[in-house]
Amino acid sequence: MKSFTYERVTTPAEAAAAVAAKPGAKFLAGGTNLLDLMKLQIETPVHLIDIGRIGLDKIEKTANGGVRIGALVRNTDLAADPHIRKDYGILSRALLAGASGQLRNKATTAGNLLQRTRCPYFYDTNQQCNKRVPGSGCAAIAGFSKQLAVIGSSDACIATYPGDMAVAMTALDAVVETINPAGKTRQIPISQFYRLPGKTPHLETNLEKNELITAVVLPAPVGGTHIYHKVRDRASYAFALVSVAAILFKDGSGRIAVGGVAPKPWRVPGAESLLPSGAKAFTAKLMEGARPTKDNEYKLSLVERTIALVLKEGKN
Amino acid sequence: MKFDKPAGQNPIDQLKVVGKPTDRVEGPLKTTGTAKYAYEYNEEVKNPAYGYILGAAIARGTITRIDQTAANAAPGVLSIVTAANAGPLQTGKFYVSRFLAGPQVDHYHQAVAIVVAETFEQARSAAALLKVEYKKQSGSYDLEASKDSAGPPSPGPYTPPAETRTGDFEGAFETAQVKLDQSYSTPDQAHAMMEPHATIAKWDGDKLTCWCTIQQLNWGVRDLAFILGIPKENVRLISAYIGGGFGGKGTVLSDLVAASLASRAVGRPVKLTLQRPLMFNNTIHRPKTIQRIRIGAKSDGTITAIGHESWSGNLPGGMTESTIASTRLLYAGANRLTKLRLAVLHLVEGSAMRAPGEASGMMALEIAMDEMAEKLQMDPVGFRIKNDTQEDPEKPGRMFSTRKLVECLQTGADKFGWEKRNAKPGAIKEGDWLIGMGVASAMRGAPIVKSAARVRLDNSGKITVETDMTDLGTGTYTIIAQTAAEMMGVGIDQVKVKLGDSSFPESSGSGGQLGAASSTSGVYAACMKLREAVANKLDFDAEKAQFSDGRIILGDKSAALSEAAKDGELVVEDEMTYGELSKQFAQDTFGAHFVEVGVNAFTFEIRVRRMLAVCHAGRILNPKAARSQVIGAMTMGVGAALMEEMVVDKRVGFFVNHDLAGYEVPVHADIPHQEVILLEDIDPTMSPMKAKGIGELGIVGVAAAVANAVYNATGIRVRDYPVTLDKLLRAV
Ligand SMILES: Cc1cc2nc3c(=O)[nH]c(=O)nc-3n(C[C@H](O)[C@H](O)[C@H](O)COP(=O)(O)OP(=O)(O)OC[C@H]3O[C@@H](n4cnc5c(N)ncnc54)[C@H](O)[C@@H]3O)c2cc1C
Ligand code: SF4
Repeated sequence: MKSFTYERVTTPAEAAAAVAAKPGAKFLAGGTNLLDLMKLQIETPVHLIDIGRIGLDKIEKTANGGVRIGALVRNTDLAADPHIRKDYGILSRALLAGASGQLRNKATTAGNLLQRTRCPYFYDTNQQCNKRVPGSGCAAIAGFSKQLAVIGSSDACIATYPGDMAVAMTALDAVVETINPAGKTRQIPISQFYRLPGKTPHLETNLEKNELITAVVLPAPVGGTHIYHKVRDRASYAFALVSVAAILFKDGSGRIAVGGVAPKPWRVPGAESLLPSGAKAFTAKLMEGARPTKDNEYKLSLVERTIALVLKEGKN
Repeated sequence: MKFDKPAGQNPIDQLKVVGKPTDRVEGPLKTTGTAKYAYEYNEEVKNPAYGYILGAAIARGTITRIDQTAANAAPGVLSIVTAANAGPLQTGKFYVSRFLAGPQVDHYHQAVAIVVAETFEQARSAAALLKVEYKKQSGSYDLEASKDSAGPPSPGPYTPPAETRTGDFEGAFETAQVKLDQSYSTPDQAHAMMEPHATIAKWDGDKLTCWCTIQQLNWGVRDLAFILGIPKENVRLISAYIGGGFGGKGTVLSDLVAASLASRAVGRPVKLTLQRPLMFNNTIHRPKTIQRIRIGAKSDGTITAIGHESWSGNLPGGMTESTIASTRLLYAGANRLTKLRLAVLHLVEGSAMRAPGEASGMMALEIAMDEMAEKLQMDPVGFRIKNDTQEDPEKPGRMFSTRKLVECLQTGADKFGWEKRNAKPGAIKEGDWLIGMGVASAMRGAPIVKSAARVRLDNSGKITVETDMTDLGTGTYTIIAQTAAEMMGVGIDQVKVKLGDSSFPESSGSGGQLGAASSTSGVYAACMKLREAVANKLDFDAEKAQFSDGRIILGDKSAALSEAAKDGELVVEDEMTYGELSKQFAQDTFGAHFVEVGVNAFTFEIRVRRMLAVCHAGRILNPKAARSQVIGAMTMGVGAALMEEMVVDKRVGFFVNHDLAGYEVPVHADIPHQEVILLEDIDPTMSPMKAKGIGELGIVGVAAAVANAVYNATGIRVRDYPVTLDKLLRAV
């Protein structure tokens, strides 16, 4: 860990201003990802701005029947919120499928969205990694890639987005709200929030420099059956090999986002019209253009099988 | 005291304290966080500096330059120790690893430098400022590729013969009515214990004290003294509590050497712990194996030929993974072959991990037995029972001291509801889950070695035991307290046990499941001497006197033990040594594991649903601690079966998943209800305690029972561990 300075701010505007004031500064929310990465010198901020006391910790109904989740709402509180559990079941289930109780108590909504990949080579500073050191190469492509992406990846990086919460939010058509140091706010649909790696895998989202996430807004509930199925070798406390967030309706239609397969939660709305034809047809379209490695090609059949299971569960 | 004839009746047989399920005597210290682990001696060691190891960034080659400019100038830095200024270093007598690279690098994450600073954070941050330049050299990292170059391992104290033959294996196999010839592999595994390797080193003149976390203090003293080139008498090691070891803390590893060098360099005590990502590539591990098993049988299931050949790799001079150990003794069969081959690999050293050899060997053998039973259309339990033997199959006439493998299998089958298993794989489904059952035998040697202890009786009648034995969380404090209480006729609350200090009499140490039987026998010997001393002091006939309720009693005459110490503490010391009984008898522990799994028919996720172990392992000194050992071992067996694997990057030459996120071990959600049945056993050929070890037996066979259950559930046979869902998916 490199030594750094630390400050605490009390409002979102102050936070955005503070981060702009110091080049190399970063926000500290729950710290469950950032501090781990700092210890390994994968992240080396010179200054931390603790946003733990800026508010933004409420879950509120919006005027059009949706819900606004403050950026600092803890994963535990979000998962346990009665309204979320009732109307946005996949979100609650996705959260509870992630990390552990202790981590969820600390982890925040914004921090969770921005958690970084779990590619093992990213974690070892002796290894080539374009995401950690742009232009250094990618050790994973010809290395151990069982966990890594099968689609949306590039010749520069095949890392996955590892999280669960954002997969559910993608199926829910969430919108990320932000504020920048000039005080300007933005609304970014989650489908446009994450970037694919292309030649610049170190750029993971479309957030601007120094932009602070203030909330995630979910549109009014759409009903349906909510299923989150996370597949992993270990029963708990492991990142997804594949995860499926599904909202399924009686008429056979639905929405499906998949985790563990791509650099972002993977959803192809154009494929969803194929859902009534079953898992095979839908998955074929969803995973069109996949480019797995030898280590991870199993994920293609695993996605199809997990979706088949989820569709079956949806019918019961 | 020398033990060379089977034990008769003795004070332990009263079983007033020994044999009772007893809570850990040190439990309250652990639950209140007051049991001190190596890194926590803050009162004893004031003003320490902190050391941090920088591991090598390459697997093999030479260090051409270390630029220390920035690191030297970093805040708080006191010294940087490298091969250039460390002075001469030897390698220890057990591990072959060199603990400081330079100029050669022998393996990835070998220590290149130790940065010493005022705080841990300063040391860590300065370590990242070291600029190390290397010249890479190619190496061998792939056991499959190096298999053909592997030769017979040289003989050593922990290596069985490279080849053993009984009868005519090839001939008998060739003509057998039913045959199996299959290959299996087990991956590199990490001990992944909770407490990392850690040391506080402190020099007083030329005397060195280290608070550390190792299992075998006498080896530790020997090795550290030898490595540093100082007299053994100048080294004192303290290892009072150990947060898990599983063989991964046998003796001196890099933390002890690095802390000692660092402390010498700065003239201050130094605290040093291995950061978790270093543990996987810097210490030791259970090495990968490739195993070929051939079994030939008559159509009635009688094994006529059994052959087990095994390949593993290690650094030059390193040990072989002796997978064939159980195969030599477990099943009957007149024609036998075992063969060990060892390749040179430039990965970090392979060495002992819980049931070394037997655990990985039985992962293969017990799948092979399942496959053979299927070929024979026999029940796998019945097939094993049919091939039981009461004598050493390589040395007819040499009997097992005690062996109830058949009872283990029968009792287990009965209790587990084995008759409900459908022999046809894939036949049982509950909802979306395919259900299967699997069985495996378990067997682990029951070694016993010399162990000494000192016992004291004070004028309040309290007994204190001192021995350099260690407790890895296994329950050693408790069984030693039980032993002394039984011997001296006092309550367990009247006994204080002091362990883990090399200034105490030399014990067996903990390893190879020999600790419980050996260390309690040493305490037995010392207590026998104390009984004599008490009797002499108070004028009793030591042979005839009874010790009970804190008193010595003979007929109408009785006196409080405290009387004997009223003029001063009585202190005696003795050790137990052994004659030839272990040559005369095959001394082993046995068991049977039964497992039920569910495999999701869609995703092939595998979840264990029920587990049962039946063990036959000598006198059980403390059923509660023994059960804990067995369920812990069963859990580790599930890890071996379903998830544990250090993945080798064969280009770079290192274990890629080198942290606890990447190296998965079971969590609570993976482990269902576990049942343990301990069969009655008293083995008088072992020692007066009549006990054997059980801590390693519990893991042997578990993984195969799980793999066999997965096969029974799905009809898919995975022969390369771990059995993960991607392998099942590839097979359909
Ligand atoms: C052992 C372990 C297991 C885990 N398992 C899972 C799992 O199974 N599934 C899963 O989904 N996750 C898992 N996680 C990840 C966990 O969910 C994340 O660490 C957590 O959600 C991050 O939230 P945080 O508030 O602690 O973020 P921090 O670590 O504080 O921050 C993460 C990043 O977000 C930035 N940031 C934080 N808040 C804002 C904001 N408001 N605006 C702009 N930038 C911001 C920070 O600067 C930092 O770069 C696991 C983590 C660990 C350590
Ligand atoms: S896959 Fe991406 S994160 Fe992993 S090593 Fe390659 S560039 Fe780095």
